[in-house]
Amino acid sequence: MKTTTPSKLEKIIAAGHYAVTSECGPPRDGRPGVIEEKGKMIGKHVDAINVTDNQTAVVRQCSLSACIRLKSMGLEPVLQMVTRDRNRIGMQSDILGATAWGIHNILCLTGDHQRFGDHPNAANVFDMDSTRLIQTVKMMRDEGKLLGGHEMHEGRPKMFIGAAENPFADPFEIRVLRLAKKVKAGAQFIQTQCIYNMEKFKEWMRQLCDMGLHEKVAILAGLTPMKNVGMARYMKNRVPGMDVPDAIVKRLAGVPKEKQAEEGINILLEQIEELKQVKGIKGFHIMAIEWEEKVPEIVERAGLYPRPEVD
Amino acid sequence: MAGCLEGDCHFQSGNLRAKKRVGYVKKLLESIGVAGDRIAMYNLSAGMGPKFAEIAKEMTEKIRELGPFLKKSTPGAESAAPKTTSQASGSASLAVA
Amino acid sequence: MIMAKPKPIDEIIGYIGNFNKIMVAGCNGCVAVCEAGGMKEAEVLASALRIYFTQQGRQMKIDELSLTRQCDKEYLEEIKEKIYDYDAVVTLACGAGVQFMAEMYNDKFIFPGVDTCFIGVTEDQGYWTERCQACGQCVLATTGGICPIVRCSKRMLNGPCGGSASGKCELSVVAGHDIPCGWHLIFERLKKLGEIQRFGEPAGDKDWSHSRDGGPREIVREDVRP
Repeated sequence: MKTTTPSKLEKIIAAGHYAVTSECGPPRDGRPGVIEEKGKMIGKHVDAINVTDNQTAVVRQCSLSACIRLKSMGLEPVLQMVTRDRNRIGMQSDILGATAWGIHNILCLTGDHQRFGDHPNAANVFDMDSTRLIQTVKMMRDEGKLLGGHEMHEGRPKMFIGAAENPFADPFEIRVLRLAKKVKAGAQFIQTQCIYNMEKFKEWMRQLCDMGLHEKVAILAGLTPMKNVGMARYMKNRVPGMDVPDAIVKRLAGVPKEKQAEEGINILLEQIEELKQVKGIKGFHIMAIEWEEKVPEIVERAGLYPRPEVD
Repeated sequence: MAGCLEGDCHFQSGNLRAKKRVGYVKKLLESIGVAGDRIAMYNLSAGMGPKFAEIAKEMTEKIRELGPFLKKSTPGAESAAPKTTSQASGSASLAVA
Repeated sequence: MIMAKPKPIDEIIGYIGNFNKIMVAGCNGCVAVCEAGGMKEAEVLASALRIYFTQQGRQMKIDELSLTRQCDKEYLEEIKEKIYDYDAVVTLACGAGVQFMAEMYNDKFIFPGVDTCFIGVTEDQGYWTERCQACGQCVLATTGGICPIVRCSKRMLNGPCGGSASGKCELSVVAGHDIPCGWHLIFERLKKLGEIQRFGEPAGDKDWSHSRDGGPREIVREDVRP
């Protein structure tokens, strides 16, 4: 498969390996060392590291600044960008800034509504949505143009374009149509919402393969290890768009408290093995929220270490 | 405010609507520093004579306790001490729906 | 229709505290329909204010009236003599009416008595919901008659987002009541109309310069101007 950018993530996928990505959340203050620490912890075990963008509308150090730090450590960042907080001027500007620092991956998201976060009184922007942002990055990269028409003769973004999909949101029948639309807009890789309902996820994969989408876009399955049964219940009941089957909750509840974390990791590892058998899966996006230290263990036990080298 | 027993309204739901409006007026009165108890909703049927007398008495007592509704204002006066007037003002209007 | 709700009375009391002669001016247009600022509401407010200030021992003149509309000069002119009997007005018109009155009687204190909320519809008695954000370039022809700017909390043009669950917007959790997912509604409507193929095409760009973002707007119709 040909590559369209210098992105290491794209190269790994093009070479036919399973890609492994993870994410880190910047701190809620200006400390420089936090991202560095997280990067060091997981850097050797993943191909690329997503940096979240004011996730759940909670103010954190901006994604671009953290991506720059990871890049200067020799790691491969994925710039997550939500359309909630910046208009097209701000977003194109940040994309150019990321380009100037050699950042080659972007995940285009609409973003959680600000009423969920710590500044519910804020005005939101939503000048564009994620699909429009995908189109924008593609235009900047392939045509060298900004939305307003300005042409860039040099310094064009060379970004591998990603988007998120939630196979568990409603209505299910449009989840594949939406994916097709994002692919049409220019999405090249997808990181999914974390999966617990394997049956529903496999059905989604079947449908998108039937449409031939698996050949146009690389699906990276999102996975998050459960730390304990409380987390499972919370995610089941309080997080919109999250599908946690009763079986998972039962399994964790059936194990003593001090063993639940280990069980959570076991469940995730079983999922990886099962997903390796699913047509169209090109990799795994491991989101171990505030539990980044488990990522190396997960990657190793899943047989995905060491990470392949690409030039 | 007296209305029919709930479920028995001659006008189907006039008593329920009245209840909501009494609730609204109570809140409005409280918001301007007037005791919301000066208005109350009672439910009874037209045949419940003794009950009617009972609630009339109860309301009158309550109002007497609360005292005059509007203090007589003198030009330029700040909150004057409450003055009693010859009639007990602010008696609840009784209307049987 | 423009929907408004009454301001808390203590806020209004705060505005008029330094004045002695107040006119409460209702409006028989939109605010009367949503029971926030019509004649009935003007009467209740004036009465409540009279009670309050009398309780405070204040001698005040507080009178009420209601105009056909406050967004047209011909109706505002009706009070041009009367207004000079008062030193302040609490108007229950929407924000447009408040401002128009303040422009016409610009040496008077004109205070708002309602919070103007949205352009909407009467779903049921006592229940009004938002339908239009006056974006200036209506897209309803492409979405089966359901507006994504208003009904989608993120005004997406390529919705729904990943938070849509059981036909409800993710904000239902925070808002404490169910908000239908606008894009779920659009999907069902397009399905009904046999237009589901619209879902496969990325929507075009939205030109926000026609909306509030482009600055205060005006419409000039030369064909109907004098």
